[in-house]
Amino acid sequence: MSIDLEKILRPIENTIPPFPPKYMKLAGGEEMIIRQVSREEIPDILPHVEPLLHIERDYYDIVAARLYSELLAYYRYRVQDEYVLVAQINGELVAVVNGRLLSKEVGMSYHTLALRRGLRVGAHAFAAKMEYHFDIIGQKEVLIVAESPIGFRRWMIEYSLEKRFHIPHELGGVPSWALTKEMFDKDRYALVVGRRPVPQDLLAKAQAAILPPTDPPRAPADLLAATRSMYDSTGTALMAQRWKQEGMD
Amino acid sequence: MREVYVVGIGITSFAWLPYPLSEIAAYPAMVALKDAGLSKVDHVYVANMGSAWLNHQTGLASAVVDSLSLTPVGAEVIENGPASGASAIKQGFLAVASGLHDVVLVTSAERLREVNNLEATDFVASLTHPLAEYIYGVTLPSLAAMFARLYMQKYGVTERHLAMVAVKNHDNALLNSFAHLHEKITLDGILDSPEAMTNNPYVAEPLRFFDCCPVSDGGACIILASADVAKKLKKPLIRLAGVGQATDTHCIHERAEPTDLLAVRGAAAQAFKMAGVAPGDVDVAELHDAFTILEIVESEEVGFFKKGEGHHALERGETRLGGKLPINTSGGLKAKGHPLGATGVAQVHEIILQLRGEAEKRQVEDAKIGFTCNFGGFGNNVVCFVFKREN
Repeated sequence: MSIDLEKILRPIENTIPPFPPKYMKLAGGEEMIIRQVSREEIPDILPHVEPLLHIERDYYDIVAARLYSELLAYYRYRVQDEYVLVAQINGELVAVVNGRLLSKEVGMSYHTLALRRGLRVGAHAFAAKMEYHFDIIGQKEVLIVAESPIGFRRWMIEYSLEKRFHIPHELGGVPSWALTKEMFDKDRYALVVGRRPVPQDLLAKAQAAILPPTDPPRAPADLLAATRSMYDSTGTALMAQRWKQEGMD
Repeated sequence: MREVYVVGIGITSFAWLPYPLSEIAAYPAMVALKDAGLSKVDHVYVANMGSAWLNHQTGLASAVVDSLSLTPVGAEVIENGPASGASAIKQGFLAVASGLHDVVLVTSAERLREVNNLEATDFVASLTHPLAEYIYGVTLPSLAAMFARLYMQKYGVTERHLAMVAVKNHDNALLNSFAHLHEKITLDGILDSPEAMTNNPYVAEPLRFFDCCPVSDGGACIILASADVAKKLKKPLIRLAGVGQATDTHCIHERAEPTDLLAVRGAAAQAFKMAGVAPGDVDVAELHDAFTILEIVESEEVGFFKKGEGHHALERGETRLGGKLPINTSGGLKAKGHPLGATGVAQVHEIILQLRGEAEKRQVEDAKIGFTCNFGGFGNNVVCFVFKREN
């Protein structure tokens, strides 16, 4: 009798209610859609996350590396009850957020990756993730950690969180913080936005293709480089050499 | 008094600059020396507001003059709150005009982002009255908010007008590679859409997030010289033709009419009188828009528009690039950034670029007369300049 090993390795198939897509206007006037993606769309996202593994700035490298593995695990059926939401502007991928259900009542927030910086792109995507846990799935609290100072400002300061330090978070085993439904309700009117239903043309455009980010995060610039180059030819040469080595020329 | 010319300029990017403070002051100085074609100066002034508090560094001028290999010339720091930059330029002007020196280098630097935003806000608040304002929790955003509220009630300025200043200056900053913020914003996105309150929340009502300048690091430099020196250098002759400075009460509540910025009015009037020009002669201006309301009010107090009519000029597009009098073509403090002690020098940097015709995509056509207003405290120590292109 043959054994279907793959069936054993895969997580249990639970039914999780889907995230209804929403859209919002950013400060720059562009309309951004946040929607849930299926497993089949993950290969379209991975190529846009991979380059960020090499960006040593604001912890993009570690966030991208971990998110890449989480996306892959979701695609290959190696993580229990994970979901992935994306934010798109005119089809362009501008943020990816993900998490999973630890239990019926408790969620585990994984990552928020903004592929376009500024204008609260990441903050809106994170808020949608919390909305999913509390309003759609009906959970009571979500466990959270921050891996970067930007994340710290967004989750730890903008939202009121409680300590759950006795629970190691799945991201590195560090002490967890928790956003409860009660605290989310307190903050939602200031932080959670979005309109439903999404106009059909907007949704169709987002679903048609996940386009690459047009202005992805880059390695930190040497902000005095332009100034330096005006009087220090040696410094300019060294920088040019470094950029070449890093494939940035 | 001798005539004084600006013969060299330099600037850094305004952003988070993880470099020693003395380097942030030295780099633009090197650029300015190269721009002027000079290797020596007679004296160095360094404008800075917070090195001791923010960066645990004192005696900054000694560090900078040594970094520049300009020893043994004299050097000193000029601190006058957010007007430190213009005050340092004024000292440089006096040194050359009096005949004490022929060439003076005025550089500047601030490294505010060494501390977090709360500490930076607290540091700036230390310029308020310690017993009558600071101890009650006053910050510059809260002062500006109370000022804006009064101004709205009295003159009909609305939040839309404030947002229009922000949109205009963000647009200008997109054309300035040295600016801190390169983010396009729209009235729809920050004011009208259902998401606007989250995109652009109140910081201190009625001022919202996009009404406030960012916390920036940065440095800028200009070199001042006598006519004899300037005429030997192959640069457009830009003369510092008018200098004005005025003060007002330290506490705002002691002012007879809190919506009047008398120090701005006085400093501008002095500068125009000395230069022999009128506000209507100005082609391009940099005003101190640490908060959007200040650009509107200063545009009235310096005499560009009648009191209470600055927001109407804004509505008509007169202060945009391509308008009758473009204001803050650099992006202003609002979007170029506001590294306190360096701001006044950076304002002059922009005006010199404009008068030389070197401002590229944000160039004001045929600009001949430029104006700057550097606003210290909350309008209690203000320095204004008028610049003229002479060839």
